[in-house]
Amino acid sequence: MDKITLTIDGKEVAVDKGATVLAAARAAGVTIPTLCWLEGVQAIGACRMCVVEVQGARTLQASCVLPAAQGMVVKTHSPRVREARKMILQLILSDHRMECPTCARNMNCELQALAKEYGIVDIPFEGAKSSVRIDDSSPSLIRDASKCILCQRCVTVCHEIQTVGALFPAHRGFATTISTAFDLPLGEAACVNCGQCALVCPVGAIVERDDTEKVWHALADPDKVVVVQTAPAIRAAIAEEFGQAPGKAVTGQMVAALRRLGFDKVFDTQFTADLTIIEEGNELLHRVQDGGPLPLITSCSPGWVKFIEHFYPELLKHVSSCKSPQQMFGSIAKTWYAQQIGKKPEDMFVVSIMPCTAKKFECQRPEMYDSGVQDVDVVLTTRETARMIKQAGINLLELEDEMFDDPLGESTGAAVIFGASGGVMEAALRTVYEVVTKKPLENLDFEDVRGLKGVRAATVKVGDLDVKVAATSGLGNARVLLDAIRDGKADYHFIEIMACPGGCLGGGGMPIPTNWPVREARARAIYEEDKRLPIRKSHENPFIKKIYDEFLEEPLGEKSHSLLHTHYTKRGV
Amino acid sequence: MTKIAQLEKSIKKLDRNKGPLIPLLQQTQAIYGWLPEEALRHISEALDIPLSKVYGVVTFYSQFYLKPRGRHCIKSCQGTACHVRGGKNVLQALEHHLEVSEGGTTKDLKFSLDTVACLGTCFLAPVVMVNEDYYGDVAPKEVPKILKNYE
Ligand code: SF4
Ligand code: SF4
Ligand code: SF4
Ligand code: FES
Repeated sequence: MDKITLTIDGKEVAVDKGATVLAAARAAGVTIPTLCWLEGVQAIGACRMCVVEVQGARTLQASCVLPAAQGMVVKTHSPRVREARKMILQLILSDHRMECPTCARNMNCELQALAKEYGIVDIPFEGAKSSVRIDDSSPSLIRDASKCILCQRCVTVCHEIQTVGALFPAHRGFATTISTAFDLPLGEAACVNCGQCALVCPVGAIVERDDTEKVWHALADPDKVVVVQTAPAIRAAIAEEFGQAPGKAVTGQMVAALRRLGFDKVFDTQFTADLTIIEEGNELLHRVQDGGPLPLITSCSPGWVKFIEHFYPELLKHVSSCKSPQQMFGSIAKTWYAQQIGKKPEDMFVVSIMPCTAKKFECQRPEMYDSGVQDVDVVLTTRETARMIKQAGINLLELEDEMFDDPLGESTGAAVIFGASGGVMEAALRTVYEVVTKKPLENLDFEDVRGLKGVRAATVKVGDLDVKVAATSGLGNARVLLDAIRDGKADYHFIEIMACPGGCLGGGGMPIPTNWPVREARARAIYEEDKRLPIRKSHENPFIKKIYDEFLEEPLGEKSHSLLHTHYTKRGV
Repeated sequence: MTKIAQLEKSIKKLDRNKGPLIPLLQQTQAIYGWLPEEALRHISEALDIPLSKVYGVVTFYSQFYLKPRGRHCIKSCQGTACHVRGGKNVLQALEHHLEVSEGGTTKDLKFSLDTVACLGTCFLAPVVMVNEDYYGDVAPKEVPKILKNYE
């Protein structure tokens, strides 16, 4: 690659041709502040926070969109640059509903951090202020237009990465706002609740709905048995909320912290992830024997499910009828487990800890009341859970490791990898192979479906059958596969789709920032957990055997159908 | 031909390579007189552009209307000259007599009332324009008389 050399703050730096000045500065060890720019998401030069002074240029230049040129001389913090940045911050803040102490993004807000960095102590522009406009119609997300800085990151993620297109700038001038079609409340728009917008928002203008009070309330209620389940991805990320670098799994400490919070039982969604593999693996085998409909597509990700319900309802027959592991857990906890401890479903309170904002929507779906009451009562994201742990004064990182409770806490390596894109596929292959061939699988690691980006495809020999599989994440990628299925060009047997880029470890409820290096670090932690676990195949989980012996009887049996399977709803756009 | 059929025809004739959205919105408004939601949904689907974006574009340009318009279009000038010579009072009189506020349309769909920044006839200030007719040096009390000219 051709290199060019330029001078940044008096230091010479060589970069690849085509690099931006922003990237060149980073190579020179200088961080230029940004607001609208986000690596791998958007570079539109809109906010002008990243301006620099280029020798010979009359005006300041936005470095995020400025290509570095041979011999360029750049100053990144001259008085002129600093004044311009201060002015931009002051202008933004002059129409910003500042309520940092009560804001969900307090202490993790890019605007707040920059205001501090630039020593903004007063805001000289006493302009008109937009009125407070909070949209709390969505079960998953709260939008506050009076904190929005119009950076458009959410728009780009929603349109280009997720191809949902729920948000777009509307109106003009001072009235400009990020809006749904016809200014509909988000809860009524064709939004899939994935929360990717909340992950990229630099400020508190889109945040998860905070349901922690409901959980505190339940924990204090002596008449309720309050149980909690934790999704695979949480253990690989929650330490970040306590200041740890990404990539450290803290499973045992997380369990200990939840027990300290007062949950009666700390269970694991991984138990029902194993159960999903048994049910879905059998569903796949049935569909292969009965001639379809194929491909079978996974149904663990409620953002993905809502996406196909909105945009490709004609393909719903391809989606597995299996409920997601979180919902299987809810119905099992309120039936099988409740019976064991002599409780009625209404005496149980089930809390889910999920990487996902769409799970908050999923648990309220009318299809999810199979125990007779709402199967999962409250979903908390990783971020909310960390908030509760901090509020209780628990220092997660200093706790001794503890174990999940039986019987819904036992799980396998196959279940933990559900947290990474490709993991459900790999877990299913481990089981389907052994069930079909009745031979032990030699190599458990299906590397071909691993890796977080794009569409990965593989052909796996299972007995006489060449099983063709694919895995992807991010709804833009899902669209590619769906179009291929619709056009009869996808001869796969089984496809895994997760709504969020990278899978659950990149979920909309995960710690902020969530970017590609962070996702990769979390994936490493997840695959290490898999290696560490003594049992790595779902069908070898002893409690899975037990639940079929004592309760469910057989995969896809009558009980399974009423508690573990579901159906879908066509939705318009 | 029904309106939706006319819209279909416009869509068929579109040059897809040349940013088709705005021309199509203009044609749609010519067909309906405004941009009804069902037409915008149709356009979103036909051009494969998310509805939020169609809505964003429609609300960005003041030439597009999301509500039915009155048969007669009133423009009350609020440019500098008109402002200085009492344009605001004229606007208030219009709002009072029509019982709508700026940007609105009367219930009987007779009049729509808008403001403009300058009609280029500052020597007539304050100016009101109804359809193609100019009224200059308008006093608030003359407003009812002007409105009477229209059916
Ligand atoms: S968005 Fe940031 S600056 Fe605004 S109130 Fe929240 S924390 Fe404070
Ligand atoms: S939750 Fe997902 S679909 Fe909904 S607005 Fe945000 S990014 Fe778009
Ligand atoms: S909601 Fe957040 S991400 Fe979207 S434009 Fe506003 S500040 Fe940017
Ligand atoms: S970060 Fe470069 S213009 Fe916004």
